[in-house]
Amino acid sequence: MTDAPTPPPTSAPASAPPKPASAARDIWQQFRTHKGALFGLIVLGFLIIAVMIGPYIWIPEKLTVAEAIKLKNQGPSWRFPLGTDQLGRDMLARMLLAGRVSLAVGLVAMLIAIVFGTLIGILAGYFRRLDGPLMRLTDMFLALPLIPLLLVMVMLFRDKIAGMIGPELGAFLLIVFAIGITSWMATARIVRGEVLTLKEREYVLAARSIGARPHRIIRRHILPNVISPVMVAATLGVAEAIITESVLSFLGLGFPPDFPTWGRLLFDGLQYMQVYPERVVWPGLAISLTVLSVNYIGDGLRDALDPRIRGR
Amino acid sequence: MLDAAPTPLVQVQDLKMHFPIYTGLFRRHTGDVKAVDGVSFDITAGQTLGLVGESGCGKSTVGRAMLRLYEPTAGRVVIDGDDVATLTAEALRKKRPTMQMVFQDPQASLNPRMTLAEIVSEPLEEHTNWTRDQKLERVYELMDQVGLNRRFVNRFPHEFSGGQRQRIGIARALALKPRFIVCDEPIAALDVSIQAQVVNLLEDLQEKLGLTYLFISHDLSMVRHLAQRVAVMYLGRIAELSPSKDLYARPLHPYAEALLSAVNEPDPELAARRNRIILKGDVPSPANPPKGCNFCTRCPKVMDICRTVKPDLLEVEPGRLVACHLYTAAGSTGASEANERNQQGEDQ
Repeated sequence: MTDAPTPPPTSAPASAPPKPASAARDIWQQFRTHKGALFGLIVLGFLIIAVMIGPYIWIPEKLTVAEAIKLKNQGPSWRFPLGTDQLGRDMLARMLLAGRVSLAVGLVAMLIAIVFGTLIGILAGYFRRLDGPLMRLTDMFLALPLIPLLLVMVMLFRDKIAGMIGPELGAFLLIVFAIGITSWMATARIVRGEVLTLKEREYVLAARSIGARPHRIIRRHILPNVISPVMVAATLGVAEAIITESVLSFLGLGFPPDFPTWGRLLFDGLQYMQVYPERVVWPGLAISLTVLSVNYIGDGLRDALDPRIRGR
Repeated sequence: MLDAAPTPLVQVQDLKMHFPIYTGLFRRHTGDVKAVDGVSFDITAGQTLGLVGESGCGKSTVGRAMLRLYEPTAGRVVIDGDDVATLTAEALRKKRPTMQMVFQDPQASLNPRMTLAEIVSEPLEEHTNWTRDQKLERVYELMDQVGLNRRFVNRFPHEFSGGQRQRIGIARALALKPRFIVCDEPIAALDVSIQAQVVNLLEDLQEKLGLTYLFISHDLSMVRHLAQRVAVMYLGRIAELSPSKDLYARPLHPYAEALLSAVNEPDPELAARRNRIILKGDVPSPANPPKGCNFCTRCPKVMDICRTVKPDLLEVEPGRLVACHLYTAAGSTGASEANERNQQGEDQ
């Protein structure tokens, strides 16, 4: 019986047993029951929509330099809902613009880090021959001092990339890449450890006894089961990426100084914190809300993806 | 069953599975765990060979090495004409549908994130290019065969009881219409009440589909019920390979004797008179087995020769193979090597 068995006739059985249900709907059903996750989804959605279309709706009035100097460091008012900064610029408009960059940097850098980290982790964990080289590579990256590395990278490549695709997009790509490439190590290690235990499970052995090829085993048995730790790493990664971006901008190596990001606004406000605390509060609040909501979404998603928790 | 094909479906010859030990700073290869050290047996098509022995004697390793879930160190495993131990990766993949496995722990052998339909149709995904409906139809067919309600098709493993999970594992093993199934302690993790159901299911399936089983277990009474021939393993080697009737009536190898004396006797009067053989000491480490017979450290009938010469598995009575000097030392010490290749006994 080495030949494949003949397919049975596809006649609709009389009792009409249930068709396999759609997994997506189950997952959404479970996700909805997680209040925190729903809250996170709403908040993050609101933030994203706000920064996407906000700058088109809230157009700050054009001030002359003299007016701007007179109106600097204002508190919240109807004219300037979040006040003005030390140069008389409208904080709300800046916050909205800054949010675009910060959210994009946070999400994209996290995505890069997660995809890369998971890939390295799975390869290292599953294929014993790759384990040594890949983990030593990870160790090497962990041992590198992060900030100097980023500094060197930005110094070397900023002008080249800016020359090719413009200073803003260039800075964005460079920063996202730099942050992503320096924050995948934790994920890789977590995933590798998880894969090492998963691959000794009997269901992986069963898949091998069936004759499943490695890529199928990884996709069907390993990947779905490493999702929980990856999810946790991912949600923490967003926060870290936003903060790292602000550090870079603070050091003058991220985006140009007049280009607002939440991290940048935070650091700008820092010197005036004693006198005008709201200048630190707004970007801080935005970052915290983003991190918190992403965290909750990750939490809810992790639960929703686990059939053992689903339906409870 | 007497008119079964003369050539056995499964032939295992001198199978060895050594796991290397690396120690020290430089991970030097300092020794081997000889989990399986020269095991040979045949299984006739449509029959069941029971493989019994205590924990850690290498039973499961034999099963896994036979299906090449481990790379055997040496030996031949001929299943349905092909030597599985030396097939190339792609040929092995093509061969997989012939030989399947039912695992010990039904909880661990099912992916918790897959539904029953996904689990059972996984082999079909790998080896056929049927449409979704064809696969689903086959899944229903298999569910009927193993006695699972069709309504359960979208459920996840954690929603089933232990017995039902084992049925899923059996359905998965049957999906590709195999001829040979290694049952690796399929009932060890189940309640006693469920054990009988699963064993009966396995028997029914064997009858209907003409399956050949290697039934690995430490439950001696189940093996007696299910298997035509039984191999008793001790520390990586077969101590005795006999038709199950003979073995249970009169075990020849001292270890088999001791093992069988541990079977519970339902009749209390008989149980009171029964004399159990209690073995002293521990099983030696398979990394450092005794020089002579593996059992010489604990054998109640140990002789001098046992400590120096490893006994071969020889046919001492028709159909009964024993590896013990008790049956060779008497007259012919260097008994004919030709007999060492074991034959299918005249069963029943």
